[in-house]
Amino acid sequence: MTLTTERQQSAYVSSQAADARVNIELETEGMTLNIGPQHPATHGTLRIVVRLDGEQVLWAEPVCGYMHRGYEKLCEVRTYPQVTTLVNRIDWLGHFANEVPFILAAEKLMEIEAPERAQWLRTVFFEMARIANVSLFLGDMGVQLGALTPVFYAFRDREYVLNLMEAVTGGRFHPNFDRIGGLKEDLPKGWVAEAKRVMTRVQSFCDQMEDLLMGNEIFDRRCRGIGVIPASVGLEYGMSGANIRASGVDWDLRRDEDSPLAWKHCDWKVWTHADGDAFARYWVRLQETREAAKIVVQLLDGLPSGPIQAKVPRIIKVPAGEAWAHTENPLGEMGYYVVSKGGLGPFRVKIRSASFNNISVIPWVLRGVFVPDVITILASLYFILGDIDR
Amino acid sequence: MTFAVELAYWQTTTIKVLVVLGVIPVAAIVLGYVFLLKMMSHMQSRLGPMEAGPHGTLQLVADGLKFIQKEDIFPDRSDRFVFGLAPVVVLMSTFLLYIVIPAGPRLVVEDLDTGVFFALAVSSLSVLGVLMAGWSSANKYSLIGALRAAGQLIAYELPLVLAVVGVVMQAGTMSLQGIVRAQSEGEIFGIGFLGNPFIFTQFVGFAVFLLAAQAELSQTPFDMPVAESELVAGFMTEYTGFRFLFFFMSEFGSAFALSAIGATLFLGGWHFPGIGGSLADVTGPLVLGAKVMLVAFFIFWFRFTFPRLREDQLQAVAWKYLIPISLANILVTGVLKVLF
Repeated sequence: MTLTTERQQSAYVSSQAADARVNIELETEGMTLNIGPQHPATHGTLRIVVRLDGEQVLWAEPVCGYMHRGYEKLCEVRTYPQVTTLVNRIDWLGHFANEVPFILAAEKLMEIEAPERAQWLRTVFFEMARIANVSLFLGDMGVQLGALTPVFYAFRDREYVLNLMEAVTGGRFHPNFDRIGGLKEDLPKGWVAEAKRVMTRVQSFCDQMEDLLMGNEIFDRRCRGIGVIPASVGLEYGMSGANIRASGVDWDLRRDEDSPLAWKHCDWKVWTHADGDAFARYWVRLQETREAAKIVVQLLDGLPSGPIQAKVPRIIKVPAGEAWAHTENPLGEMGYYVVSKGGLGPFRVKIRSASFNNISVIPWVLRGVFVPDVITILASLYFILGDIDR
Repeated sequence: MTFAVELAYWQTTTIKVLVVLGVIPVAAIVLGYVFLLKMMSHMQSRLGPMEAGPHGTLQLVADGLKFIQKEDIFPDRSDRFVFGLAPVVVLMSTFLLYIVIPAGPRLVVEDLDTGVFFALAVSSLSVLGVLMAGWSSANKYSLIGALRAAGQLIAYELPLVLAVVGVVMQAGTMSLQGIVRAQSEGEIFGIGFLGNPFIFTQFVGFAVFLLAAQAELSQTPFDMPVAESELVAGFMTEYTGFRFLFFFMSEFGSAFALSAIGATLFLGGWHFPGIGGSLADVTGPLVLGAKVMLVAFFIFWFRFTFPRLREDQLQAVAWKYLIPISLANILVTGVLKVLF
């Protein structure tokens, strides 16, 4: 494996030395620090065991599973329409986006195609889930670095998006709105105009974050060159989403995969960054939020009329077979492998969530950094605990 | 107009001690309410506390009462004696700071000849308490936080002292009363009605002083010792109840005291143009209070705006920038003093 930065090299050397000097009494041994499961920076229950030499990390090991809720198993005892209630809670900030790949997989099995309007609206909600999710990251990164203020702006402006979701679905966090063959209901009156106003707000929020954080000298110094993940390493660990795009890999399922959803009708851009450091990850996510707002506005402008629900049987029985569907969720690639034996519910569901793979790079990337940088890197990798443990 | 009351030494001392003991919580509550609760909230587009008292004015009083009622927890493996003593040591250093700050021509606990020197010396005592707290807590986060605090103090005590040296040279005295008098009697290019607040001549010193005070107080860009996203609460992690309250009071009490020293050194202290004599004893505390709020505003403004520096970057700022700049400031001050 290639070692990228000088600090990682020196840490590698010192960790070798630490291993070698176990029996020499005069040397200090270093300290094992347990970050989490209860720690302000893990926003959830991730535990990271780090071995420190002073403030430098010799090695780090993430321990997950404190929040395992057994969703894959629970799906097996639910009917297909009931599953969306569960999977909402996987990436709890990207609520609606969790439902879409599962419904797509079920639709594949049933060979049903949702009507055009439903697909467009799905895409709208999908991108709004992305905005709700990533905008919180944009503020939270500041908190992890010690700047308290941006996160309040993020919460404030995210609230407008959540209000929109609530107006349509009735649920702020857990809309449970996607159905096999379409959506539960159509838009309420006046929603489109309001949504466009909110998207302007989201754009100005992004500008504000760019001003407040990215223009800040200290933020720059804390993030540039910290936690560099080369593209090859990122790919080896199966990273996806903004994390891998920040390492220069131009890969976005919304564009690269032939999906029934409406991204192909919009004019938008997949942003990548060559650096692969914490700053690049922040930058890419900021651009993605802007693109998401652009996509929403374009879709709302060209929204086709028509039904929002295809003809499906009252009692949904999915024919036997296997299907895989994945989408580019706010955190990265999320996919469902659904095995059906023809019953009311799935026989087996395998959920591929992005955060689990994204944090698996932690032992590699944390080697040799300082304790404050551990937090920077964890924050910039942006994982959601529910998305790691499912 | 003179007061003909003659008090014995022990009487004046008792009065002074009681006044200082009363000033510290009041200062902590005023700063905490105005800046930490209200200014920060408004900067973050929220209201902050609104329920306790009008506009939440009594929030910190309520918080204080709550802290006193809380259980006083000692961690199982802590060094109980040191653990219990540490908050007292920290508060003690804050207490000592107030001794030399003049609030009027006669309103000063003790006008030491080496007032500035004394203030800067005792302000660094608090790190002893911090180290004691970090070591005795038997907690790794506390330990890291305490060691960071110690490293930070060593780095920032120096620019703080050097920034003050310029003022001392210009005033020709280390007594804080003397420095105030030098500012009130001075004149700028022959115009004397404003006096000569040293901020006009020592603006570099003022900037360095503010930054170093920020670090000395562990406020945000330099709050490594209590970095809550990394070290939970640093050296305070294991503290509860009134011992935590001691740390809190000491933090804001010190912020008030250092702001007061900054106001005294650079903004003319209790002096207000055109007011002198016994009247200044009445207006002095108010004038000084206003100036303190101004300096504290800057300190807290930084705190709510900037992200945190990393430990090595923090050392670099002190050793590579602040110390050379303040040394150059001393040099220029010295040259100008000899020339004019």
